[in-house]
Amino acid sequence: MTTNGKPKFAMYWAASCGGCEIAVLNIHEKILDVDANFDVVFWPVAMDAKYKDVEAMEDGSILLTLFNGAIRNDENEHVAKLLRRKSKILVAFGSCANEGCMPALANLSSVQEMVDTAFSTITTDNPNGIRPQVTFTVPEGDLHIPQLYPAVRTLDQIVPVDYYMPGCPPESHQIAAVIDLVIQVLQGKAELPPAGTVIGAGNSTCCDECKRKRNEKLIKKFERIQHVMIDPELCLLEQGILCSGPATRSGCNALCPAAGSPCIGCYGPADGVLDYGSRLMTAVASVIDSNDPDEIEHILDGIPDPAGQFYRFNLAGSLMRFSKSAWQG
Amino acid sequence: MSDQFEPVIIGFTCNWCSYRAADMAGTARMKYAPNVRLIRLMCSGRLDPTFVLKALAGGADGVMITGCHPGDCHYVSQNYKAMRRFLLMRRTLKQMGVEPERLKLVWASAAEGAIFTDEVNKFVEQVRALGSLHWPTSGEGYEQMFAIPEHMIAKEVTP
Repeated sequence: MTTNGKPKFAMYWAASCGGCEIAVLNIHEKILDVDANFDVVFWPVAMDAKYKDVEAMEDGSILLTLFNGAIRNDENEHVAKLLRRKSKILVAFGSCANEGCMPALANLSSVQEMVDTAFSTITTDNPNGIRPQVTFTVPEGDLHIPQLYPAVRTLDQIVPVDYYMPGCPPESHQIAAVIDLVIQVLQGKAELPPAGTVIGAGNSTCCDECKRKRNEKLIKKFERIQHVMIDPELCLLEQGILCSGPATRSGCNALCPAAGSPCIGCYGPADGVLDYGSRLMTAVASVIDSNDPDEIEHILDGIPDPAGQFYRFNLAGSLMRFSKSAWQG
Repeated sequence: MSDQFEPVIIGFTCNWCSYRAADMAGTARMKYAPNVRLIRLMCSGRLDPTFVLKALAGGADGVMITGCHPGDCHYVSQNYKAMRRFLLMRRTLKQMGVEPERLKLVWASAAEGAIFTDEVNKFVEQVRALGSLHWPTSGEGYEQMFAIPEHMIAKEVTP
């Protein structure tokens, strides 16, 4: 407790885009409740604080930490471990911390390939081929930048996590509900769910929340959404649009399919799903309308990037976690 | 014991055909490579790709999926689903750097013990030639993969 008596709140971004912070601010006037009930001690995107300030805090002195972002480098790992020590409740907030999300798609390549793409492609103005160095000596001493790991990991692959809040980003109404709950717990009006619970989301699949009409699915050809006129009423998967709804956790009210765009799976695996991509492959393969291997192969050609399609958000959290090139270098 | 690499193969069999084929091979005392560990499912259609990925991520070098011949499925058409999943999974795994030859689909009826043993032997040799997969999520590879010198971690992020 600080001098003002309020419990402490922290939020951190590791390998992420910043969308999760925007989603938190998107709860509108409820953000004032956060300020009224919490003392914000560490939130790099919103206020100035140094790691050494956090290091100086007592262990377990932060009540609630929302950690978004995956673990890409040793700085991410250090702060994850630091905040785990200092926090009573650590929430894996958003898809990156939960399952890797977009940053984890780099797990399909080696660090070398990734750096080559960033610093030596035709669109990069880098005539001397300069590459970032982990250590660089200047007259004042050695400078260090964080070391990239060969693959992206999820938060719970580094430290134990109390609650999981999925979404890319988590929907603002879900964030508001979770913040309400924590405030009620503080006032003794509610109890925290058991540790390890997925909070701020449903337990079913995106399809359950989707309003589109569903019949038996029989697919002869996978279509790109920009190439067809879609029926506004009918299930997208039935129309040959690869929709990730069958494997994805509910909680977003099926926003994308409602807008005519397929679910891309940002809420992560539904309850009981061990490997998101496997579940989606199971569903997609089932609805292909052919029993002839050659024809099936031809239909599957309509999915040009299966690993990227089925593990778009989930590669770091999947069973395989990375490709061979990531660990062979 | 010879020094040659002995691959670990997980084989999924269906209750009604391919498991019976393996059973028949056993009762007829046909010999086949001991590298394959068979797991019986009620149907090849029960084969969730999760099982295959779990086997590979857990240290298996290859996975064999077996079922009834097309048209003979005890549950009418589920072996076709197994075939589609197999074809799709093979594509996904290829992108992850797992050679397509580490996955095999075999149809064997209850009377085809000889075909079953023959296919197992061929597959074991095929995977042996590819060598060990040794995915880092099994064994100690994972720690090694993320091991970086301690002094660097301390220097870079602490002021």
